[in-house]
Amino acid sequence: MTDTTLSTGPASPDSLHTGDAAKARLRARYAAEARFKWLGAGAVALAGFFLLLLLSTIVTKALPAFHQNYVALEVDLSADKIDPADPGAANFLGLVHDGMAGEFPQVSGRQERRLLRGLVSTGAGVMLREAIEADPTMLGGTRRIAVPLDDFADLYLKGLLAKSGPSCRIAGVTVSGAGDEVAVGFPDDAILAMARGAGAVDGEDGGLRLTSGSQSLLLEIAGGTLKITELSTGEAGGAIGKATVLEPLASASDMPDDAMLRTIETAEANRKITDREIVWLDRLAGAGKIENRWNTLFFFTGASREPELAGIWGAVVGSALTMVVTLALSFPIGVAAAIYLEEFATKNRLTNLIEVNINNLAAVPSIVFGLLGLAVFLNWFSLPRSAPLVGGMVLALMTLPTIIIAARAALRAVPPSIREAALGIGASKVQTVFHHVLPLAMPGIMTGTIIGMAQALGETAPLLMIGMVAFIVDIPGGFTDAATVLPVQIFMWADFPEPAFQQKTSAAILILLGFLVIMNAIAVVLRKRFERRW
Amino acid sequence: MNMLTEAGVEQQLADQGNTPAIKMRGKGVTVHYGDKQALFGVDLDVPEKQVTALIGPSGCGKSTFLRCLNRMNDTIPICRVGGDITLDGEDIYDPKIDVVELRARVGMVFQKPNPFPKSIYENIAYGPRIHGLTKNKAELDAVVESSLRKAALWDEVKDRLQEPGTGLSGGQQQRLCIARAIAVSPEVILMDEPCSALDPIATAKVEELIDELRQNYTIVIVTHSMQQAARVSQRTAMFHLGYLVEEGATDKMFTNPDDKRTQDYITGRFG
Amino acid sequence: MVSYLVLLLLVLGVAAYFVGRSRAVASVGGEVSRLHSLPGQHGLFLAMIAAGPALLAVLIWRIATPGIEDSIVQSRFAAELAEFGVPQLQAFLRDARAIAFGGIVSFPDETKEAAAVVFRSLHQTSIWLITAVALILAAGGSFFGYSRIAPAYRARHVVERVVKWFLILCSMIAILTTIGIVLSLIFESILFFSEIPIFNFLFGLHWSPQSAFTGAGGDAGDVNTEIFGAVPLLAGTLLITFIAMLIAAPVGLMAAIYLSDYATQRVRAVAKPVLEILAGIPTVVYGFFAALTVAPFFRGVGESIGLDVASESALAAGVVMGIMIIPFVSSLSDDVINAVPQSLRDGSAGLGATRSETIRRVVLPAALPGIVSALLLAVSRAVGETMIVVMAAGLAANLTFNPLEAVTTVTVQIVTLLVGDQEFDSAKTRAAFALGLLLFVITLALNVIALRVVQKYREQYD
Repeated sequence: MTDTTLSTGPASPDSLHTGDAAKARLRARYAAEARFKWLGAGAVALAGFFLLLLLSTIVTKALPAFHQNYVALEVDLSADKIDPADPGAANFLGLVHDGMAGEFPQVSGRQERRLLRGLVSTGAGVMLREAIEADPTMLGGTRRIAVPLDDFADLYLKGLLAKSGPSCRIAGVTVSGAGDEVAVGFPDDAILAMARGAGAVDGEDGGLRLTSGSQSLLLEIAGGTLKITELSTGEAGGAIGKATVLEPLASASDMPDDAMLRTIETAEANRKITDREIVWLDRLAGAGKIENRWNTLFFFTGASREPELAGIWGAVVGSALTMVVTLALSFPIGVAAAIYLEEFATKNRLTNLIEVNINNLAAVPSIVFGLLGLAVFLNWFSLPRSAPLVGGMVLALMTLPTIIIAARAALRAVPPSIREAALGIGASKVQTVFHHVLPLAMPGIMTGTIIGMAQALGETAPLLMIGMVAFIVDIPGGFTDAATVLPVQIFMWADFPEPAFQQKTSAAILILLGFLVIMNAIAVVLRKRFERRW
Repeated sequence: MNMLTEAGVEQQLADQGNTPAIKMRGKGVTVHYGDKQALFGVDLDVPEKQVTALIGPSGCGKSTFLRCLNRMNDTIPICRVGGDITLDGEDIYDPKIDVVELRARVGMVFQKPNPFPKSIYENIAYGPRIHGLTKNKAELDAVVESSLRKAALWDEVKDRLQEPGTGLSGGQQQRLCIARAIAVSPEVILMDEPCSALDPIATAKVEELIDELRQNYTIVIVTHSMQQAARVSQRTAMFHLGYLVEEGATDKMFTNPDDKRTQDYITGRFG
Repeated sequence: MVSYLVLLLLVLGVAAYFVGRSRAVASVGGEVSRLHSLPGQHGLFLAMIAAGPALLAVLIWRIATPGIEDSIVQSRFAAELAEFGVPQLQAFLRDARAIAFGGIVSFPDETKEAAAVVFRSLHQTSIWLITAVALILAAGGSFFGYSRIAPAYRARHVVERVVKWFLILCSMIAILTTIGIVLSLIFESILFFSEIPIFNFLFGLHWSPQSAFTGAGGDAGDVNTEIFGAVPLLAGTLLITFIAMLIAAPVGLMAAIYLSDYATQRVRAVAKPVLEILAGIPTVVYGFFAALTVAPFFRGVGESIGLDVASESALAAGVVMGIMIIPFVSSLSDDVINAVPQSLRDGSAGLGATRSETIRRVVLPAALPGIVSALLLAVSRAVGETMIVVMAAGLAANLTFNPLEAVTTVTVQIVTLLVGDQEFDSAKTRAAFALGLLLFVITLALNVIALRVVQKYREQYD
C-alpha cells in the first residue's frame, strides 16, 4: 500500500499534532470556542436581563398604587346640613367640599374654589354617605372625616407628578403692594442667575420673565406664598420683581424679612397640577392632615373612570367566575378524552384524526378561538355578551389541548403491569381505568390542568372578541352577569390617558402575576410531592 | 483466518527480537463513577505499532480503561480518573496537556458505527478540516482518498463519495469510521468492540484491516470475542471486576495463562 | 325556568341512584353476591336512564330553538322582510330578540316590536313544550329502569357502554372545535367575499375599513370594495414577525445550546426557571411593557441620533414579541438538540473536535430539520400573537418595510374591527372574519409543515 498521506504523515507525528503550527491552530480554535461559549452565555444573560427589566419596571411602577393619600377634613354633619329623617337626600359631596373650603378660608375666587374642590375625589360624597348609612351615630355635629384625594393630588404627594428642586433661604426680602399681584425686592441679584437657570426668558423691557414653560420659583414669606413672575436689576443694586400671590401673606409689611425660595423643576405647562394646588397640598401635608393609607379601595372595589376610585375586585371576581367555568368544562372533558385516546381507542382513522386535531388546536392563535366564540356562542346560541359563562367556554376550548396532552402523558406513565394486575383479577376495562390507572395518573393530570388554567387566566385576546372588554362598574354576581377579567382590565387601564392608571395597571399586573406564581407553585409542589418513578 | 493468525505470530516473533518502545503506559489507574469504583489500580503498557487486546467479561472495566486513554471519560460529568497515564512519557491528565490535541493523536472508533449524517467525503474530511491539517482542496482530496484506501473502502465508495455515509452497510460504516479516524493521522487508534455490531463477513474485513494498520499505528482494541483477540492482537490484557488480572503476549495468554481466572474465561467457564 | 328544570332533573338523578341501589339490594333480599352487577352500578343505571334522556332533550332544545324561532319569525314577517339582505335580516332578528328578552337595541321600530311579541310567545310555548317533554322522558325512563332492575340484570354493561360513549364524545370535542372554527370563519368570510371580491381582499394595497361604509346599520349596503386590501396588513405582520425572529431565533437557539452543552448545574438551575417565567408571563403584560417602556425608549434613542421613530414603531412591538418568543424557541430547540444521539457527539469528540466544533459542524447540521420546524412554530406563534401588537403597534395600515414607522397587523385589525362595535352585520365586521380565516390558514400551514418536518426528523433517529 502506498502512503499518500500528508507529507508529515504518521512517521513524524510531532510536527503534525504538536508542532508550532499545530499549537497556533489550536490557539485559534480555542479562541473560537471561547467566543462561542460567551455567545451562549450572553444569550442566557440577555434573556435574564429582559426578565429583570420587565419585572423591575412593573414593580417600581406598581408600588405607589398600593397606597392612597387621604385628607382629614372637619365635616359639618349637623341636623341643618343633613336631615336626620332622610339622610340620603343630603348633598354629601357638597359637605365634603365645604370641609375643604374650611381648611382654606382665604380662598374666595370662583375658579380658585373649583380648583380647591378638585383636590378631593369625586367619590368622596358617596363614601361619606355609605359611612353614615353604616354608622348613623356620626350624625349631628362636626366630625373629622378622611376622604381620598383626587388622583393628581395623590400622585403629586407620591412625588410622581412634579419634581421639586432645591430650596434656599434668602434674607432681607421686601414685599409691597396688595391684591393678587405684589412687588418684591431682593438685597442682591443672585436671584437673577437662579431665574435664568430656571429657564426664564428675556422680556421686552430688559427684565426676565418666568412663564409657564419655565421652572416655578415660589417664595414663602410671612406665612404666605408668592410665585415670582418677573425680575430685573434694581436701581440700588439687588433685584426687584413682580409676583403672584398664591396664598395671602399673614402680615403685609414693607419691612425686609427672611424668605424661603423653593423651585418646582417641572414646568407648570408640563404637569397636570398647578402651583396653587401644590401650595395647598403642601400646606395640608405640613398641617398633618394628609394620611397615607393602605389602598383598600384598589383591592375591594370595581372599575371606575376615576383612577383613585378604580379597583381590581370586579376583575378578580370576573376572573374567578370565568376560571370556574373553564375548569368545570375543560377538566372532565379533557380527562375523558385523554382516557379514551390512551386506554380505549384502537389505532384507526378516527383516532388519528382526533390526534391531529388536538395537536393543531394547540397551535391555533388564541384570537381565532375568540372569533369562534363570537360566531357560535354569541350569534348562534344567543348567549349573553361579556358573560363569564361564555368567556369560560371559549377558554375551555383553548385549554383543552393542553389538558389532554398532559393527561395522556400522565396516563402513559402508569406502567402496564398495574392494568394487567387489575384485569387479571377480573375487573372490567372501565373499572381498571377508573379504579387504578386514573388515581395513579391524577397528580400528573392535576399538574397539567393547573398549568393550562394558568395559561387561561392570563389570556386576553379571545375575551376581547366576546365583549368582555366592556366597561363594567358592578361586581359580577353570577355566571351570566356582564363581567371583565384581570388581563382585560389591565388592557383597558393601560389605554386610559390618566397617568395614575399607569400605576394601577402595573399593580393589577402584579396581582395577576401573583396568582400565576401561586398556581405554578402548586403545580411544582404537586409534581415534586407525588412524582413517582416506576 | 488461520493464515492471519500465523502472520500475527510471525510478526510478534519478529518484534520480540527488538523490544518495541512503550507508546502509552497506565500506572495505578482508578476510575470512579460517582460513588461506584469501576477500575482498581490498573498497570498496563501499550507497545508501539502493535495491537493490544483488552478482554474480559462484560462490566469488567475494559471499555472504561480504553476511554481513559484519550480522556473520553471527560464527557461524563460524574466520572473521576486517578493514577497516571502517559503518552510518549507525557502525563495525559496533566492540566498542560490539551484534550483536543490528545484526541487528535489518540483517535477512537466506537462500538456502534456512528457516521455523521453527512456525505462520505464530508465524514472523512471532517477531522482534517477541524484540525486545519490541509491547505487546499487538492490536499484534502488526497487525504480522503488515502484514508479510504487504508481503510480498504476506497474501491467500494469511490463513485459515490457525495452520498450520505449513513446509507452504507454496517461493515462499511465501521470502516468509514476507521477511515475517519485515520484521516486525522493519529498515533494511536482505540477501538471499542468495533465488530460487535457487524456480521461475520464484515468482521473479517475489519480484522484484516486492523492487522494492516498495525504497520503504521499503535492499536488498542476492546473485544468480547476470544478468537478475535487471538487473531488480531500481539498482546492481550485480561480484566475482571475492575482489576487487571493478567497481561502478556497473546499466544502465551491463550496457551498458558498464569491466572486461573484467565484460563476459566478463555475456556468459556464464565463470560 | 329552564334552569329550575335542569336542577330538578339533576335532583331526580341523584334520587334515582339511591332508589336503584336499594331496589337492587332488596331484589336479592340483601344477599348482594347474588346480583350480577354491584348495587351501585344498578343505581348508576337508574340515574342515567331517569335523568339522561331528559337532560339530553333540554340540551338539544337549547341548541336548536334559536334557529327555529328565527325561521318562524322570518316566515311570519316574510312580507316586511322581503327586501332585506342577509345583514339587515340578522340585525332585525337581533334587535327583535333584544326587545323581547332584554339587551342592547340599536334601531327599534314597529316591525321589530311586533316581531318581539312573536318571539316572546314562541319562547313561552317552547319552554312549556320542553318542560313537558323532559318530564315525560324522566318519568318514562324512571319506570322503565325501575322495572328492569333484577338480580340477573347486567347493569354494569349498560353503565360501562354509556361511559365509553361519553369518553368518545369528549374526545370528539377536538374535532367539533376545529369544525366550528372552520365553519364559522368560512361562513362569515363567504358573506364578506360576496360583497368584496376575494381578489381585492388578497391583493389590494389599500386598507381603511373605517371609511368603508356609507351608512350605518341597515344602510351599510354600499361598500367601497377598494379599501379592503389585506396586503398592508400582511406586510406589517411580516415586518413585526421578522423583527421578532431576528431577536428570538439567535438568542433562543444560543441559550438552548449553552444550557444543554455548557452551563453548570447551578447556572441551569437559575436559567431554566428564568426562561419558564418569561414563557409564563401573559402577553398583555408584554404589551404594556412594550407600550410603556420599550417604545418610548426607542423613540428617545432615535431622537438623540436624529432619527424619526414613530411612537408605535414596528421595532418596539417586534423586539418585545421577540423577547416573548425566546423561551418558546429555546425549549423547542433544546428538545431537538437533545434528540441528536450522544454517539455522534462522541464520534466528533473522539476525533479531537472542540465542543463548539462538535455543535456547529455535527449537532446543528444533524438537528437542522428540527430547528427549522421549531422556528416555523415560533413564526406561527408570532403571526397569531395579538395583545403585544394591539397595545404597541399602530392602527393605520401603512405599506412600508421601515421598522421605525408604525405598521398594523392582521390581529390588530381583527380586534379593532370587532371590539366596541356592537353591530355584527356590516362588511366591516365580516372583514374581521375574513382576516381570521387568513390567519387560521397561515398558522395552520406553518404548523402542519413544522410537524411534518419534526416527524421526519424523529423517524431518522428512532
